[in-house]
Amino acid sequence: MSLAFTAMLAKIGLWLAVLLNVAPVMVWVERRGSALIQDRLGPNRVGPLGLFQSLADAVKFLFKEDLTPSEVDKPLYYLAPALAVVPALTTFAVLPFGPDIEINGETVKLLVADVDSGVLLFLALASLGVYTLVLAGYSSNNKYSLLGSVRAAAQMISYELALTLSVVAVLVPVGSLRLDEVVRYQAETAWLGFLPGWNVFPQILGFLIFVVASFAETNRLPFDLPEAESELVAGYHTEYSSMKFALFFMGEYMSMATLSALGATLFLGGWHFPGLSYEGHWAVVALTGFTVLLVKIIAFLLLFVWVRWTFPRFRFDQLLRLGWKVLLPLALVNLIVVAALTIGGVL
Amino acid sequence: MPVDHLPVLLTLGFALGMGGVILLASSFIGSRSGGRIKLSPYESGEPLLDRSRKRISVVFFLIAIDFVIFDVEAAFLYPWVLVMHEGSWPLFWAMMVFIFLLLVGFAYIWVKGGLDLGLKKTDTSGS
Repeated sequence: MSLAFTAMLAKIGLWLAVLLNVAPVMVWVERRGSALIQDRLGPNRVGPLGLFQSLADAVKFLFKEDLTPSEVDKPLYYLAPALAVVPALTTFAVLPFGPDIEINGETVKLLVADVDSGVLLFLALASLGVYTLVLAGYSSNNKYSLLGSVRAAAQMISYELALTLSVVAVLVPVGSLRLDEVVRYQAETAWLGFLPGWNVFPQILGFLIFVVASFAETNRLPFDLPEAESELVAGYHTEYSSMKFALFFMGEYMSMATLSALGATLFLGGWHFPGLSYEGHWAVVALTGFTVLLVKIIAFLLLFVWVRWTFPRFRFDQLLRLGWKVLLPLALVNLIVVAALTIGGVL
Repeated sequence: MPVDHLPVLLTLGFALGMGGVILLASSFIGSRSGGRIKLSPYESGEPLLDRSRKRISVVFFLIAIDFVIFDVEAAFLYPWVLVMHEGSWPLFWAMMVFIFLLLVGFAYIWVKGGLDLGLKKTDTSGS
């Protein structure tokens, strides 16, 4: 095997090791975090601090009855949970996690798929998530599932526009769709002489739009209308049990992680942190870059948890009004201002 | 180059494979019991109140159409970003004209109430 191929497998392995552990760890963080916010204890019996609770849950999921209701559209019903993990497990390929490194004289880029389409590929693969929800809701043959999935589709396509426009605004000063170029651009600039060159400072509006839209894209509170327990039982996955339900769950948490990684790369400097050295042995460089990116992802995920247990749910027409009448015009204004500033030579 | 996308194909294969394996494992390991009533569509333990495939409110179709218009706009923005540094102001104004034309349509939808998605006027309950 050539070095490039081995390195690619190693990079995929590194990402998978992190992503596949996101769901169990985040479930624990979420339950302990909600307990902290609501002045409770949370799960604390299984293992130290309740850390093994997720493991116990996973085993339980596996041994639960794999129920298939009699009225469902079987092929689509099975396809939907299998597709649920696809967006998260493919989009990480375009995310860079370090500078170019040299192994035995060969240059290796620290991203899995070194493609020109970069962000575009990420957004294209991420929007496959809509199919999961629509297929699950339609094939379940249950009115709660159907309502949940129709809502989910409307919500995701509405907020995808604002998300896309805020992402385009970041790419304007960079002039490239490649995420490693975006990180390089941020590493080379410094705002006002002392702030790091992160895009969050000049494009704070775009950052806020991105964060709000990513809550809606991942169906998290305050935008979890597709699930809305109080009115739709469990939304699009009402009829799913055991590991089929767990796959939806994993997909949701892994999508949060990859979208957080995109946010960290676009707005918070990605793998770069000012003051850290990115020279020396290649393994050290790669680990430093990955750790910095991981810390930023964790910061994003903690924000997701914090917001979930702080805000109540929106009503559906409020949600769509916010997306179409507030976020979309704001994102357009943000884009035009950034483009004018870029051509004017300010950014 | 197309060959650069090979890793994405690899991860796609892995993701689909993982989904399939987990589904298979779950269907083999999980216990089984039950009957006809248990397998009927979920309705809070009641007999089914009405049919499952209801008619969907027309606002959802409206949103889908609105989305298509603006998604095409977003698709045009990506190539614009790539050549904007060379194109400078003339290209900037060209894009502004394009965005303006779309905004006329957006304003029309807004004024006509296409974005007021309160479900009160188009209630389809019981249909």
